[in-house]
Amino acid sequence: MNNALVVVVIASGVAYGTPLLFAALGELLTERSGVLNLGVEGMMLVGAVMGFWGVERVHGNTAAILVAALVIAALAGAAMAAIHAFLVITLRANQIVSGLALTLFAGAVGLSSYLGNNLNLSDLPAKHSFGAFLPQSLQNMTIVGPIVFSQNILVYLSWALVVAIGLYLTRTRPGLNLRAVGESPAAADTMGINVTAYRYAHTIAGGALAGLGGATITLAITPQWVSGITEGSGWIAIALVIFAFWRPDLCLVGAYFFGSLQALAPELQARNISLGPTVLWTSALPYLMTVFVLVVVSSGTARRRLGAPSALGVAYVREEL
Amino acid sequence: MRISIEQRLVRPRWLALVVPVGSVVVAFLIAAVVLVATGHNPLSTYKQLFQAGFIQQGSLDQTLTVATPLAFTGLAAAAAFRMKLYNIGAEGQMYMGAIVGSGAGLFFGGGGGPSVFVIGAMVIGGCVGGIGWALVPGILRAFFKTNEILTSLLLNYVAGFILTYLIFESESFWRQTKGFNATVFPTGKSLPSSAIWPSLQLHVQGGITVPLGAFLALAAAFVLWALYKRTRFGFELQVMGDSERAARYAGVRMRRKILAVMAVSGAIAGIGGASQVGDFSHSLDGDPNGLQKVGYGYTGIIVAALGRYNPFAVVLIAFLLGGLENAGNTLQGPDFPAGLVGAVQGIILFSALGGELLARHRIRITRNSRPTTAIAAPAKEVAA
Repeated sequence: MNNALVVVVIASGVAYGTPLLFAALGELLTERSGVLNLGVEGMMLVGAVMGFWGVERVHGNTAAILVAALVIAALAGAAMAAIHAFLVITLRANQIVSGLALTLFAGAVGLSSYLGNNLNLSDLPAKHSFGAFLPQSLQNMTIVGPIVFSQNILVYLSWALVVAIGLYLTRTRPGLNLRAVGESPAAADTMGINVTAYRYAHTIAGGALAGLGGATITLAITPQWVSGITEGSGWIAIALVIFAFWRPDLCLVGAYFFGSLQALAPELQARNISLGPTVLWTSALPYLMTVFVLVVVSSGTARRRLGAPSALGVAYVREEL
Repeated sequence: MRISIEQRLVRPRWLALVVPVGSVVVAFLIAAVVLVATGHNPLSTYKQLFQAGFIQQGSLDQTLTVATPLAFTGLAAAAAFRMKLYNIGAEGQMYMGAIVGSGAGLFFGGGGGPSVFVIGAMVIGGCVGGIGWALVPGILRAFFKTNEILTSLLLNYVAGFILTYLIFESESFWRQTKGFNATVFPTGKSLPSSAIWPSLQLHVQGGITVPLGAFLALAAAFVLWALYKRTRFGFELQVMGDSERAARYAGVRMRRKILAVMAVSGAIAGIGGASQVGDFSHSLDGDPNGLQKVGYGYTGIIVAALGRYNPFAVVLIAFLLGGLENAGNTLQGPDFPAGLVGAVQGIILFSALGGELLARHRIRITRNSRPTTAIAAPAKEVAA
């Protein structure tokens, strides 16, 4: 039963979806403040390489090293987001171009690759990595064993984060303020909310989560560093936020859906099942499905129901209204 | 003390020169900090880069092989970005151009037609491939309002899979299936001699080959400029780029314009792909670590943004960044890790974006934040 294709694909879909979930939650916080950051791919890659650097170079016991690596990855992602925040919030640069610049600067042919090469991290197996840790009896349970109990701690951390961000956005004062800033910065400003501070804080927090998402790849899913290892996950994460109507709970559903699509290709190949006429279909499937879902979500009635924060992508300047 | 940023009502002329130059200087200063932090000497690094990119024997020849595709992808991005259509799919559109272009070269060249005809077919094939791939996000944007940034980007990966598939995972028309080499490592079929693009030889610096693609890129820049500045179509696009609402009231057919802009953008990227095959590789390069690793399509975005979407400036920037990129390739090694040049290019773009602020705004430092000074200041400028 636990070896059935569906169970295996969902179980690894949860694992593969976790980096997407972290990054999408981060982008959700950023976008809820009215800032669009297309640099997710770059921030994930820098987080991935610095997290990996952490497990290779920090000494101590395994748990401490792994925590340190996560902190390093989050800080690296946050630092990248701070560049974007400074450019678009303080200097009012075009958010789309600045975000693209961040992905190009930090991405597969930029800083992350430079750091990986300069710190000699390529082609090493990770010294420490995250794995399943719950008792074997739980992991062996039918269906829920592999899907729920065989995951690493990052998966459970991401669940906690979904709940926390959901509560933050709906039940706390700062969370409500954040939504006001994203919907109508001018109104928020008149209420005495510091728009700039909220935007900086949430853009940087978004970067930290993207960095964490990147580290999830290099520390848990494929514990090694290869230049460009995210392979477009950052972009799928941005698509996920749209797909999820800017809601954290739907981010989780979407992340596992896309995670399962990513897990499907290698699993089908391992079982010698070909989905279409060629392997081409299986590898292109996650990307094509993302396009398809975007089309469905962006057209017609779905668009009207629950849209983007109204001020998304627009710089706020008090005197210029 | 209070620092405030105000919109400029008048743009002094000297800013047009000072801001870009200043941005580059600042970028190199920031990159120097990164270099020092990672244990490199910035001065000698920059000297090496400049030498390897533009000065030493044979460097300009190599620079042109990088600058040519960058000019195409830069123009492709500029054509779309100017109209606020963020087509970041030049990468995939270039692959498709290379696929259809080389297909045309193999098909017509194999028949033994005259070279002019074969090369013409390859250029058209490149256009067709690029346009076809660019119209997918174009149609989705025009009819379903789907974000073109994400769809065009995601399709780059799909195009990459197709490219690899044609050479590595199938026995397609493009793949070399005969001969000893074909059994060792999968490669693309070599183009017949009539499908290889001619070039101009310059006898300086040990010989510089100017590929046909470089001339086509210049021609594309000119056509783009004429299209946007000298035609009614271009005027309507400008209006659309500035204000969508105004364009709609004026009766501009938005959907057609979106499709047209995506097609122009894709066509240019597609010719770039055909040029890759006809000018340089002479067979379709399906290696995931070959053409796909370089990322010309993405660097083209930096080129376009630095050239502020002006076609002629884009060609110039393509040459300069091409030199930088070529230097990075030449010097690559333990002292010169891959990725350095990409990071430097990113920093240049960041500081150019920051510099934009100075072009559009002025920064005012006032001692006391009394509201009167803040209000009085812009009024004075109106009077002037």
